[in-house]
Amino acid sequence: MFIAKEIQTAAYLFASILFILSLSGLSSQESAKRGVLYGIVGMIVAIFATVLGQGVEGHIYIIAAIAIASVIGILLARKVEMTAMPQLVAILHSFVGLAAVLVGFGSYLDPATQALTGAEHTIHLVEVFVGIFIGAITFTGSIIAWGKLDGKVPSKPWSFKGLQTMNLVLLLVCVGLGVMFCGAHGTEGMLYLLIMTAIASFIGVVLVMAIGGGDMPVVVSMLNSYSGWAASAAGFMLGNDLLIVTGALVGSSGAILSMHMCHAMNRSFFSVIFASGGSGSSQGGEKKAIEGEVTALNHEEVAGLLKEAKSVVIVPGYGMAVAKAQYPIYEMVQTLRKAGKNVRFAIHPVAGRLPGHMNVLLAEANVPYDIVLEMDEINDDMPDTDVVMVIGANDVVNPSAQDDPASSIYGMPVIEAWKAEKVIIMKRSMSAGYSGEDNPLFYKPNSEMLYGDAKASVEKLLGFLR
Amino acid sequence: MKVGVPAEISANELRVAATPKTVKRLQKQGFEVYIQKGAGLKANYSDKEFEEAGAKIVQTANEIYSQSDIVLKVKEPAAEEIAMMREGLVMLSYLWPAQNQDLLQKLADKKVNAVAMDAIPRISRAQKMDVLSSMANIAGYRAVIEGSFHFGRFLNGQITAAGKVEPAKVLVIGAGVAGLAALGAAYSLGAIVRAFDTRKEVAEQIQSMGGTFLTVEIEEDGATASGYSKEMSKEFIEAEMKLFLEQAKEVDIVITTAQIPGKPAPKLWLDYHVAAMKPGSVVVDLAASTGGNCVLTKNGEIVTSENGVIIVGKLNQLPTQASQLYGNNLCHLLDDMGKAEKFKIDMEDAVVSRAMVTYNGKINWPPAPLQVSPTAGGGAKKVAAPTPEETKAADEAKAKKAAVSTLVSLGVVGALLLLVGAFAPPAFIQHFTVFVLAVFVGWQVITNVSHSLHTPLMAVTNAISGIIVVGGLLQTKNDAGNIMTIIASIAILIASINIVGGFVVTHRMLKMFKK
Repeated sequence: MFIAKEIQTAAYLFASILFILSLSGLSSQESAKRGVLYGIVGMIVAIFATVLGQGVEGHIYIIAAIAIASVIGILLARKVEMTAMPQLVAILHSFVGLAAVLVGFGSYLDPATQALTGAEHTIHLVEVFVGIFIGAITFTGSIIAWGKLDGKVPSKPWSFKGLQTMNLVLLLVCVGLGVMFCGAHGTEGMLYLLIMTAIASFIGVVLVMAIGGGDMPVVVSMLNSYSGWAASAAGFMLGNDLLIVTGALVGSSGAILSMHMCHAMNRSFFSVIFASGGSGSSQGGEKKAIEGEVTALNHEEVAGLLKEAKSVVIVPGYGMAVAKAQYPIYEMVQTLRKAGKNVRFAIHPVAGRLPGHMNVLLAEANVPYDIVLEMDEINDDMPDTDVVMVIGANDVVNPSAQDDPASSIYGMPVIEAWKAEKVIIMKRSMSAGYSGEDNPLFYKPNSEMLYGDAKASVEKLLGFLR
Repeated sequence: MKVGVPAEISANELRVAATPKTVKRLQKQGFEVYIQKGAGLKANYSDKEFEEAGAKIVQTANEIYSQSDIVLKVKEPAAEEIAMMREGLVMLSYLWPAQNQDLLQKLADKKVNAVAMDAIPRISRAQKMDVLSSMANIAGYRAVIEGSFHFGRFLNGQITAAGKVEPAKVLVIGAGVAGLAALGAAYSLGAIVRAFDTRKEVAEQIQSMGGTFLTVEIEEDGATASGYSKEMSKEFIEAEMKLFLEQAKEVDIVITTAQIPGKPAPKLWLDYHVAAMKPGSVVVDLAASTGGNCVLTKNGEIVTSENGVIIVGKLNQLPTQASQLYGNNLCHLLDDMGKAEKFKIDMEDAVVSRAMVTYNGKINWPPAPLQVSPTAGGGAKKVAAPTPEETKAADEAKAKKAAVSTLVSLGVVGALLLLVGAFAPPAFIQHFTVFVLAVFVGWQVITNVSHSLHTPLMAVTNAISGIIVVGGLLQTKNDAGNIMTIIASIAILIASINIVGGFVVTHRMLKMFKK
């Protein structure tokens, strides 16, 4: 039972449209669920159209593989905790990378490839080569990103002088290998291909090793983009428009997401990816001395402040995710709202380790999304806010970003917590944030520290508030 | 090191430079504390309390001045006190260096290293030792209490069985620390509060304390880099006087707090203002000691004008509270100077070098200026805001540059495409077209995604990138032993995990988002 080539193409077109609708559906909360449905239907159409197409063999293996994979996939997705979402996304990216590598090798070994001649043969080999290169980087890069997010690999940037040069040299070596590969007859180029795969895998490792934990939102979305390009390259190899379109969709959307993230940190994309760790806009010069002293309150005093306040804004950060404090926080929010107070959340675009990480965690704790606001929406309200609670966030509320040109985060948009009447900073210690910059906010006369684990602290506060 | 606290000899000075609490703090810093007998009596601290806190009681002032390393005082020392001081003594006290050049000379001659607590620069770091602020806070509070005491009515409005009571109207002139404290106190007692200040930047602070900010219709900002207001133009003052006259007819209590460091207080409440006030109204003049803001004020006295307005030129110092705060300020300064163990006079330090008015026999006054105003805080680092014209010009230049670079990059892209077209086979060109268009579509589609949905978006694009499964599907062969089948099956397996996992997890996440 085969379907005609034209019908298959039509089905692919339909699937592509569904994928585009799926992505655009995610632009708002209301249409997001519909978007996922479009994606699922698109995927089913695509798979059936392919499997039923001419020349597809080995249906039994295909069905077996998909069945096993579905079970694993469902289990994985059901089991994962929302705080571990970044890890899951990262490891899934690595799967796409590995699949791209495998498809590349498969395509090279395909007798149909050897049948090609002339420019067509060369172009095909280039496609194979590039596809495997991107796939391999995605594969190992995602594994390292997963390790960093999961704490298995130290999240500190690991880098050395000459790293860039080394990467550049390796890249040139790959190009050289590629030229030799294209010149090889039959499957004689296999060795070059394997060496290149090893080198690309190595580049993937060092590339992500050199990036710190706080830049992970950029890295994860960048790897997302890579996985798309890898799929697209596979599409070129196989002459399959569906793969090309879908890969390009994912690739460009990942890229735009990475740029969003970089913009939110005021760093150039290249400074994040090539991990000089520096900022694009630091003007050097002497750092501003921090004035004032750090004062701390105990839980009872903070609860007292909250009882007095009319308007409260909560700024969560990665520390909230680590402490899994979102549940008691929402309970506290409910208690405060019942007392007639205006309580809202302010989310910085790069809070957490994944784009939108905080939103997902808060949604998990049943926080209604209309009280979760973006930085730009809430900054204007800061001067009228009585109490701002900063929970496990640091750099995203650092005033140096606005007033100290010597700071490495100067120019990054931040939540202007210091404009509120009172700022409570819940932190485990006085250590600096991811950027390593000291935070003058802690020293301001209107800010008070509340030391301790975020979850335990919020639970204590809740006790006093009731 | 020994810290000595003599009794204040001035009859009007009720405060003392240490309290049992600060004695404990000083000991914690490593100092031995000696207190003259009866030093704390006027501020309600007995010798017994001091002894219990760990201080040693000394009989005479002479012993204090001759044997201590550091002497803590409140009021500037009199000649006979200076006579008792030993060379090299460090003395912390009010000194009013601008008005007391003679006193500085005497201290310098005696080689006393004197710190003028009233000359501590008013920067954020030094706030904890700023006696002017801590004392002004007390004065502001007390001004309202005393004003209300002399005023014959409630401050708050009430409706009682016996009839309706109108709330009192309080006008505060000068919204510094004292003014703001007065505002807060009057507001919390229920009065209608307004405040006048020449500095526009304090409008917000006034409103935050519950007051209404009064201003005149002339554009002139009185703020200066020193944190004090400057003297204003003639037009401004005329408008100000007119405003005050209107207010005088209305308000019940006026609290004036305007002071200029080193100069007599400005005359702001003139005879015709007092004449316009209702009988029984009260003027509390916090600037009485430097001549008074009201022309009728007599320092240290309470007088009644011809039309029955009570003018208060004398305030209780709340010596118990004031001594405590003053003592704390002193402790903070000693803390900053290295406590007992590493005590050091660091003339490089911005605070110490400015407050140390005599050092090693030399007079160190007036100090180098220091900027404090919060808005001017960035100082030289702050880049001047561009004018609208400049911004516009810059924007235009930017747009031009962007247009040029777009043209150039379009040209490059076009050339590259031609190159590809010249060499590549037709099939490739077709795929390439699809690819480029898809990139554009992806770009457009994602630009509008809201931040809160970034994680679900990533999960769903991740699932969709599992489309690579198609590659595996096309490569499987019927022959299980074929290497291609093995590779393709693995590819299908992992890509499918991706697809299923990605969609399920997205669905799970989206289910959680709710309004």
